[in-house]
Amino acid sequence: MSFVLGLSCRECGRSYAAEALHVCEFCFGPLEVSYDHDAMRATVSRERIESGPPTIWRYADLLPVSPEAPVDLGAGFTPLIRADRLAAELGLGELWVKDDTRNPTGSFKDRVVSVALTKARELGYKVAACASTGNLANSVAAHAARAGMESVVLIPHDLEAVKILTTAVFGGRLIAVEGSYDDVNRLCAELAGDFPSWAFVNVNIRPYYAEGSKTLAFEVAEQLGWTLPDHVVVPIASGSQLTKIDKGFRELVDLGLVEDSGEVRVSGAQAAGCSPVATAFLEGAEHVRPVKPHTIAKSLAIGNPADGSYALEAVRRTKGAIESVTDEQIVEGIRLLARTEGIFAETAGGVTIATLAKLAASGVVRRDEKVVVYVTGNGLKTVEALVGHVGPSATIAPTLEAVAALFDPEATLDKETR
Amino acid sequence: MTVTVRIPTQLRSLTGGAGEVSVEAPSVRRAIDELESAHPGIEARLLDDQGALRRFVNLFVADEDVRFLDGLDTALSSGTTLSIVPAVAGG
Repeated sequence: MSFVLGLSCRECGRSYAAEALHVCEFCFGPLEVSYDHDAMRATVSRERIESGPPTIWRYADLLPVSPEAPVDLGAGFTPLIRADRLAAELGLGELWVKDDTRNPTGSFKDRVVSVALTKARELGYKVAACASTGNLANSVAAHAARAGMESVVLIPHDLEAVKILTTAVFGGRLIAVEGSYDDVNRLCAELAGDFPSWAFVNVNIRPYYAEGSKTLAFEVAEQLGWTLPDHVVVPIASGSQLTKIDKGFRELVDLGLVEDSGEVRVSGAQAAGCSPVATAFLEGAEHVRPVKPHTIAKSLAIGNPADGSYALEAVRRTKGAIESVTDEQIVEGIRLLARTEGIFAETAGGVTIATLAKLAASGVVRRDEKVVVYVTGNGLKTVEALVGHVGPSATIAPTLEAVAALFDPEATLDKETR
Repeated sequence: MTVTVRIPTQLRSLTGGAGEVSVEAPSVRRAIDELESAHPGIEARLLDDQGALRRFVNLFVADEDVRFLDGLDTALSSGTTLSIVPAVAGG
């Protein structure tokens, strides 16, 4: 069963039934799922969660859907990896990487899509749709295939080649739009009104969809032995993921599943070529001014972030920070994580690692903190970013002499650092 | 200047269910005035008490966000489409 009471407007508090609605009819504020927390508290326990499947569905009691027939490819319960080599490079102490590259379609989007399509099917929808920068496209197309639903996925036409192919292979309708992600998003926001029989996961199903990101907080706490980290670093595109991770930690405290060890500091990461939330943070602004993105981190290239002001609020309340990094630093971030920990992240992961490095250098992320950095997409999706940066150390003839010219059999190899 | 205004589902209860209406207006601000005359109540949904565009409403003139143009003072030419779109979507 689910503990959903309905939807309520985050701005004005008006209540709505738990239907396919995302915006308050009166003030246009975002709708959020409201739960019967008392009933939830009476049911949920660590043991109940631990006896569940090794996926996001172990937290079904805390999600806005009935778990009897989930649309499920096995999203979630990804490894939390102790990252001592990376910590040493950055001058940090206890550092963990939440390796969300290891989801069915290679990004955290599988969490939110699994929840969204489960809800869409509950509501009777047969068509799954979305506006996407690529990772969501992969995930919606795959989960729709799994669920036997049609899919209509709209993307900016200039996405990475891999993200286009790995969406199209699932056989739905993939529509490349001659415009930016913000153009595609606006188009879908309008289409959702004209195509009421389509479940746009990040438009009319968005309140449910977004809740799936809470599992990124739930898993980290469970994997740390039901304790909270001190500080987490999270990428910001729309700001929804960061907002929901913050909410997830607070829910665990509220439900008595973890000790209240003080607020988890939440810091955000953006690319300098699309940093409207970082800019608002630095300027002390309450609201986010939209920008036109130019960055290799296409999965974070949202110039008009829907949850930007809520991400700002969460970061300020928890005494975190938001920083941005250049395209060069993004590539360095990808390479740093790869060579220290053996984890290959997409450009968004490069943004997050490079931002972690910057925040560690400036003392915002501290050596005495238990730190978790969220790496949310697989590097195989954005290999273009590495062209010209990495490649073979040498190209040689298939002879012993050619190898001998490169290596001394008696010598030890210095670890390449660049 | 005859301008087509696209109405989001959230406001169609004020336009008798219409998804598109036409107004005569030289600017976005005047278009909102005209909308209010024809469909009372719509202005308060789009503008806050200070008369500024509400935080969760996006307006597009010929597919460009008016925040990148001249805001509510953005000029309209005949045949242009003014789209009212809820801001909360995507990501």
